[in-house]
Amino acid sequence: MKLDSLIPAPLRKPAKPGEGNGAKGPAPADLKTSPPERPSDAQRLGERAKDAPADVLAWLDQRTAASGFLTGMLFRKVPKGTNWFYTLGSATLFAFIVQATTGVFLAMFYTPSTTQAYASIAHINNDVFLGAFVHGMHKWGSSVMVILIFLHMGRTFFFGAYKYPRELNWVIGVVLLILTMTMAFTGYLLPFDQRSFWASVVGININGTGPVLGPYLSDFLRAGPELGATTLSRFYAIHMLLIPGAIIALIGAHLYLVVKLGTTAPPWLRADRPKVASPTSPLEGGE
Amino acid sequence: MADEANKQNGAEGASPAERAKPDPPGYFEGESMTRRHAFTVASQALGGIAGAAIVLPAVGFAVAPIFHRGKERWEAVGRVDDFVEDTYRQVVFTETEGIGDAGKTTAYVRRGSKQLGEDPKQMVAVSNRCAHLGCPVRFVEAAGNFICPCHGGVYDFQGKRIGGPPVRPLDQFQTRIRNGQVELGPRYSVTSQLEPVRARDPGEFTGGIWEYLYPPRPSTFPPPSGS
Repeated sequence: MKLDSLIPAPLRKPAKPGEGNGAKGPAPADLKTSPPERPSDAQRLGERAKDAPADVLAWLDQRTAASGFLTGMLFRKVPKGTNWFYTLGSATLFAFIVQATTGVFLAMFYTPSTTQAYASIAHINNDVFLGAFVHGMHKWGSSVMVILIFLHMGRTFFFGAYKYPRELNWVIGVVLLILTMTMAFTGYLLPFDQRSFWASVVGININGTGPVLGPYLSDFLRAGPELGATTLSRFYAIHMLLIPGAIIALIGAHLYLVVKLGTTAPPWLRADRPKVASPTSPLEGGE
Repeated sequence: MADEANKQNGAEGASPAERAKPDPPGYFEGESMTRRHAFTVASQALGGIAGAAIVLPAVGFAVAPIFHRGKERWEAVGRVDDFVEDTYRQVVFTETEGIGDAGKTTAYVRRGSKQLGEDPKQMVAVSNRCAHLGCPVRFVEAAGNFICPCHGGVYDFQGKRIGGPPVRPLDQFQTRIRNGQVELGPRYSVTSQLEPVRARDPGEFTGGIWEYLYPPRPSTFPPPSGS
């Protein structure tokens, strides 16, 4: 019941019949002192209109039972000492959402063809309303996302938040890091100017230096022995279809485990330990 | 109950000793799995076949370019008289068709030099693709060397590595002479002794055990036989 006061009304569990005061209607005390006036039709309509959003949410909740999940997720307990460093993960998620949104709109103007790619990017930057802004958000946002991932990873490492029982979430996070780097690599070729062309040539050749499988990996990335007509569309498909789907799925798993396992307290907060019976325990230090 | 009746039928020929041993419920005489288990295995197998029928072609489609070799391409780059044996002439020709300027590459071409033990009737075409990571090298006339601007790779007049990070000599192109025109063909790589091998990507060693660690790719052309 204490928690209930924090929860928005539509998300609260409805009171069982015979319990509580039903939440609506005047208290019985009022009835005695002054008999209520009969509300006019307009007033009653107003009352019902006020309840409409709650009714819609209740309708949804009755059919999805989402409120239990949402209250569990939104009102979960966080440890003492939680601070701004804990927002780096959400910041990374926000950066990804920015990349996904701007990417969708850029795809509406971009042509993944070796002869038209550069011209279509120039068209976005020079002619399309706010095109340079959206393109810039996507271009610089990718660097922001990579930087935020590493900061988030550093926070997790230095706070010891990768330890039991959160190892699997660390592993998922590393896979997400690799996928993000692949996004950065495949996205770099798309403007198809001199810089992106040669950077991709060098990147593919670095992939090729892996023994035994490396040369075949290069051929797979280029779709042939040389950077050719289908290399660009291959990179484009990987960049906007294959990897985003994997990233979204893994972010879901990542968040699920965060909610399921909870977050850790920062390492500078000592856990409140009950006094141990043996005073000679080396763990107790000078005391 | 039907199971029970069938079991009776199947067991008619069995010896009394076998008949005395009770079968586990749901099994027929002499069978190793229940009907339920048999159907589970069968439907999983069918599901696996249906999945493979979709996944295998898709994977094959994605990796097919690894095993595909394009058409051999020759392009004339100039008259035989245009080239001498003691310095290179830079030519630009199309290596990959269909992608415009991005498919062009640069080669440095000269006649074979007697002093270096080469056949003077043959043309030598050295690729400008650095054997380190694929940056474009430049032939510096004054030094007689190829120099890479990216990471400082240096190659001698024949394209052998003499400094910096490259792992092998510069690639070469096959050459031939048709109607007085020099034509350049497929790319091939060379070992440190300038023996031709199949084209490798930059950064990959050639010769000796490296031929197995960086295996030749099916998408490249066989090297010219004999030099």
